[in-house]
Amino acid sequence: MLKISGLKVKLEEEDKQILKGVDLEVGAGQVHAIMGPNGSGKSTLSYVLSGRDGYEVTEGSAELEGVDLLDMEPEERAAAGLFLAFQYPVEIPGVGNMTFLRTAYNAQRKARGEDEASAAEFLKLVREKAKDLKIDAEMLKRPVNVGFSGGEKKRNEILQMAVLEPKMCILDETDSGLDVDAMKLVSDGVNALRDAGRSFLVITHYQRLLDHITPDVVHIMANGRIVKTGGPELALEVEKNGYADLMDEVQ
Amino acid sequence: MALAKAKSDATEARLAGLSLPEGGASWAREARQDALNRLTGMGLPQRRDEYWRFTSPAEFLAPETPRAEIALDAPGFDDTEVLRVVFTDGVFDAEASDDLAQENLEIERYADAVTKDIHWIKGLLGVLETAGQNRVDRPFATFNTAFAEDGIVLRATGKVSKPVHLDYRRSDDRAEAVLRHMVRVEDGAELTLLESGVGAARLNTGMEVDIADRGTFHHVRMQGRDHERRAATHVFARLGEESVFKSFTLSLNGMMTRNEVIITLKGDDAVAHVAGAALGDGRDFHHDDTVFITHDAVNCESRQVFKKVLRNGATGVFQGKILVEPDAQKTDGYQISQSLLLDEDANFLAKPELEIYADDVQCSHGSTSGAIDETALFYLKSRGIPEDKAQDLLVLAFVAEALAEIEDEGLAETLRGQLAGWLERRR
Ligand SMILES: Nc1ncnc2c1ncn2[C@@H]1O[C@H](COP(=O)(O)OP(=O)(O)O)[C@@H](O)[C@H]1O
Ligand SMILES: [Mg+2]
Repeated sequence: MLKISGLKVKLEEEDKQILKGVDLEVGAGQVHAIMGPNGSGKSTLSYVLSGRDGYEVTEGSAELEGVDLLDMEPEERAAAGLFLAFQYPVEIPGVGNMTFLRTAYNAQRKARGEDEASAAEFLKLVREKAKDLKIDAEMLKRPVNVGFSGGEKKRNEILQMAVLEPKMCILDETDSGLDVDAMKLVSDGVNALRDAGRSFLVITHYQRLLDHITPDVVHIMANGRIVKTGGPELALEVEKNGYADLMDEVQ
Repeated sequence: MALAKAKSDATEARLAGLSLPEGGASWAREARQDALNRLTGMGLPQRRDEYWRFTSPAEFLAPETPRAEIALDAPGFDDTEVLRVVFTDGVFDAEASDDLAQENLEIERYADAVTKDIHWIKGLLGVLETAGQNRVDRPFATFNTAFAEDGIVLRATGKVSKPVHLDYRRSDDRAEAVLRHMVRVEDGAELTLLESGVGAARLNTGMEVDIADRGTFHHVRMQGRDHERRAATHVFARLGEESVFKSFTLSLNGMMTRNEVIITLKGDDAVAHVAGAALGDGRDFHHDDTVFITHDAVNCESRQVFKKVLRNGATGVFQGKILVEPDAQKTDGYQISQSLLLDEDANFLAKPELEIYADDVQCSHGSTSGAIDETALFYLKSRGIPEDKAQDLLVLAFVAEALAEIEDEGLAETLRGQLAGWLERRR
């Protein structure tokens, strides 16, 4: 599904190398987790994959189902099936959440040559998905993420993912700022979407999210590289011993 | 005091060949003569005048009417049931207008009203305009009082169910129009006035609005589509106790537009909201909103909300003042002017002012100028929304606060449609 090879990334404006050669392959239907200390480059990886400005790829490649991602505009990547649940979801005053969702949904359908959904059809679709995530009608009416609590913002990200039904979902610290109940809602939302044709890359700082969303593979990222890869037990190891021990061991 | 030579020369040049309208009742002739005297006394504005520092008056001073391409059909208020009053090239067009009859409304041509010996506008014509010259000169308003021959006269005596729609049309690419509207909203009455259309190659409109206690006046205006429009407009309003005045202007295109709104809150507990959104593309676009609100009573509220979206060298200007007189305690005044600059060539010039003589007052003002929020843009694009569409969403979001000032949702929707259409055509 997603294949990243030798990816090196620096900041566009500064001479600062952030990703120093990342290799990663997520197969169809798989869930991979990336763990790592703050500042190791996890968010940068997610931004580069989704096409945010400000980064320069100096080497390497990233493909989604064999198609080069790095040449595409962000909206083309989305239409191709890539989705990033942001670590810090963006507030957009003046744009209604529902308008935003419908515009995105129809834009993607249009880009894929599919029919756009009518307002009524779409409303029905969203209501259903929103209910599962305990997102009420009020939240759908409000401007995107404006005045949302941390947990509401994260649930709103998962709602977008559920509505847009991407093939490759990247979740960047979706667990941060969530209480136990919200964590359960979010994980249930993700688990409901798990299927043979959809893959996940779950970025997290802590192991606890992985209690709910069991990964097939766990990677440890440090200082712009994937330094260790293993099964779910690797997450438990990090939880028990912290990153410091692991770093020592790698070095 | 004698005027500076440049000023008196410019004034003389502009007035040469013009003469006051003939006929009319004696009070009307007097009001016009008085205006002409005041006008020659104050002189027409020069660029070096403080009040015209950001906007060149040259387009309004040129003795000859400039030529302006006749634009496509003016956007109207087609989705609203209205009493339509059409002015073509600045002259009332009976053929194209509805019957001037409506319940709870006295409606009549200005050209007719000024011929009557006894008429209620006798006590109003030029009165608010003259009072509105406090602190600053507004010569083009005085020009209007002197030279306007046509317009509409409205007196609402109760709730007027249909809005009155002033539909400006143009058939002559050198039409010069000077229109004067007189409005009186009686105690407890309600009136909505709509304006739209291209009007003239050069348009000067003046409106005096007198709102009695508990009266409500809503004004929604679309200055649309014609790229070569030059318009100087003035709205003067006086508000009685517990009365409400709300005015919104959407300006798309236009070469040189100066919209002045001058409001005095005279009765306690009155409310005045003035808002506008202007969208301009290109070096030829210059749009100026100049607002002056005087609080002269207790516990009144005023709001000014102005948004401008500018690109390709377009210029936007906002001059807004809140004056709080000594007795105007418990004043609540709010003013915000913001511009969204879609590129580095666009300009926004703002001069917010407060002048406060009462002590129990809450007044705030702010002015900002910024570019599209790149983070928001990326967020939208990452969800599959193409760049241009994402930008449009952010533009609409930016002007939403101003549009929210329109009370009637149907009218707001019409204006949103106009905005969306404008954005669409710019792709
Ligand atoms: N746009 C940027 N400007 C400056 N520094 C950045 C930028 N993006 C990332 N960095 C730096 O790159 C490193 C990796 O950051 P990030 O990818 O956010 O790490 P993580 O998500 O693993 O915490 C950090 O040192 C961070 O400060
Ligand atoms: Mg991060």
